Amino acid sequence: MGITIQQLSVFLENREGRLDEVLAALASNDVNIVALSLADTSDYGMLRMIVSNPNKGRAVLKEIGITAMLTDVVAFRVPHATGSLSKAMHQIVEGDVNIEYMYAFANGVDASAVLKTDDPARVADILRGSGFDVWEAAEAYVSNLDL
Amino acid sequence: MAAVVLENWVERIRNPEIECMSRDEMAALQSKRLANVVNRVYHNVDFYHKKMKALGVEPGDIKGIEDIDKLPFTTKEDLRDNYPFGLLAIPRKDVVRVQGTSGTTGKLTLASYSQKDVDVWGECVARCLTMAGLNEEDIIHICYGYGLFTGGIGLDFGARALGATAIPMSAGNTARQMMCMEDFGATAIACTPSYALHLAESLQEAGLIEQLHIKTGIHGAEPWTEEMRRKIESILHINCFDIYGLCEITGPGVAQDCIHHAGLHINADYFYPEILNPATNKMCADKETGELVFTTLAKEAMPLLRYRTKDLTSIDHSTCRCGRTTPRISQFTGRTDDMKVIRGVNVFPTQVETALLSMGGAVAPHYLMIVERKDNMDILTVMVEVDESLFSDEIRKLDALKNKIGAVLKQALGVSVRVKLVEPKTIQRSEGKAVRVIDKRGL
Repeated sequence: MGITIQQLSVFLENREGRLDEVLAALASNDVNIVALSLADTSDYGMLRMIVSNPNKGRAVLKEIGITAMLTDVVAFRVPHATGSLSKAMHQIVEGDVNIEYMYAFANGVDASAVLKTDDPARVADILRGSGFDVWEAAEAYVSNLDL
Repeated sequence: MAAVVLENWVERIRNPEIECMSRDEMAALQSKRLANVVNRVYHNVDFYHKKMKALGVEPGDIKGIEDIDKLPFTTKEDLRDNYPFGLLAIPRKDVVRVQGTSGTTGKLTLASYSQKDVDVWGECVARCLTMAGLNEEDIIHICYGYGLFTGGIGLDFGARALGATAIPMSAGNTARQMMCMEDFGATAIACTPSYALHLAESLQEAGLIEQLHIKTGIHGAEPWTEEMRRKIESILHINCFDIYGLCEITGPGVAQDCIHHAGLHINADYFYPEILNPATNKMCADKETGELVFTTLAKEAMPLLRYRTKDLTSIDHSTCRCGRTTPRISQFTGRTDDMKVIRGVNVFPTQVETALLSMGGAVAPHYLMIVERKDNMDILTVMVEVDESLFSDEIRKLDALKNKIGAVLKQALGVSVRVKLVEPKTIQRSEGKAVRVIDKRGL
């Protein structure tokens, strides 16, 4: 079973219109954004996205002069019940694995969380062992659509 | 408003015999010394022996300054290639000190001095201090950096030769500088022009100017404008003078302006100037801009023939209103290379390149240097493209990278820099010579 999915990461200078350019390029090339997070620092922003077609997304951005990288992340389903995410994180912390960053998104049926870790295999194991579904890549990329 | 207005100025000349010598007599003195130094380097410095042999020139061919164009040039690269002691004309044990300045890549440019060289250096600076109206009763607050760079040590030697009281503050710690200036009753201050302005404004804010006894400022190590001089003079109520020199030649004291501020008087009995068209290497006429080239006429340890300074200026051999006949060079109009002076420290873009390469990549990432001046302090920002080899999508790692680049550059350049990570492909590429520095200071 797959452990990680590919996330598109884009280094964006704090310049006007940069984010707009990225989103417009993806939209006009039929690349659907499933989840998005924009982390800011004083000098730049780090844009992280789960999209319907990561490789196409990367190529599309390259064409407009934006360098996007593909990063392996772990994505898992989080039931809507209050406390679900807390339960998942608790298991991971107990397992003594480092989480670099995380973001979450809802997709109607339930929610999902995306996290970056230096030991994805271990995290996937812990999550599955605690009853959480870890997303396979192909399904994750269309997880926001009615299936 | 300066401390002493021109009408009330009493000109003092430390060595009138030399400084007011007729042009013919000076030429004769320079010629004698030139023949002497050529003979010394031909017989004692392998580098010059080989160069002269290759040109088919022997010491006997150099009868005077009119023959100088037969001699080979010396460049900063030659000093680098012979680093550290390859150009010595005396035994290394007779070198009593070294001084250094930035090199174009990883190593310093090193200069060596005999005891006599040190004495001459001090004497030249003493002439400059006298030109600025100072004597043995003065207290000179020296806030150029002390160390390998020649600024602090040079002014210190000059103060010693003059018999004045030297306060060896070195650079930095403005609060302490101000306290010492007030407590010790300094009558003169020596520092970079941008620091002088910074200090002046700090003193003004602290309301200390009236308590001070400073009447003179001696500033150099970086280019500055007439506007800056007037501003410093008006805030501090002092007379400011522009001192020039370079480590390879000796340090500060090669030249300085007098109260008439009509060019920098060169101590031409020790440093023979040529202004050359950098493209043709032919001598320029007076008042025509060219590259300043120096031959050291009396240095023992590391004499240099026709050293290319890469500074662009013009020369005037007419007698100055102060009475001195020593030739005057005009305010520098630029350089033939892309060296920049940041807070008094020479910085070459190639140093940045070498430093970035040392971080382990196969190729140095694309970079751009932006130089600005904020609150009278120079700020160097180095923009570095985050290309695929440097990229991480973890902010913690990018921050660490930024800090590491900052540390590597500080170590290599000798000044702190700001690092800004930018998107790949945002720094302009070029077919020919890359634009690696943007200087917004308008100097």
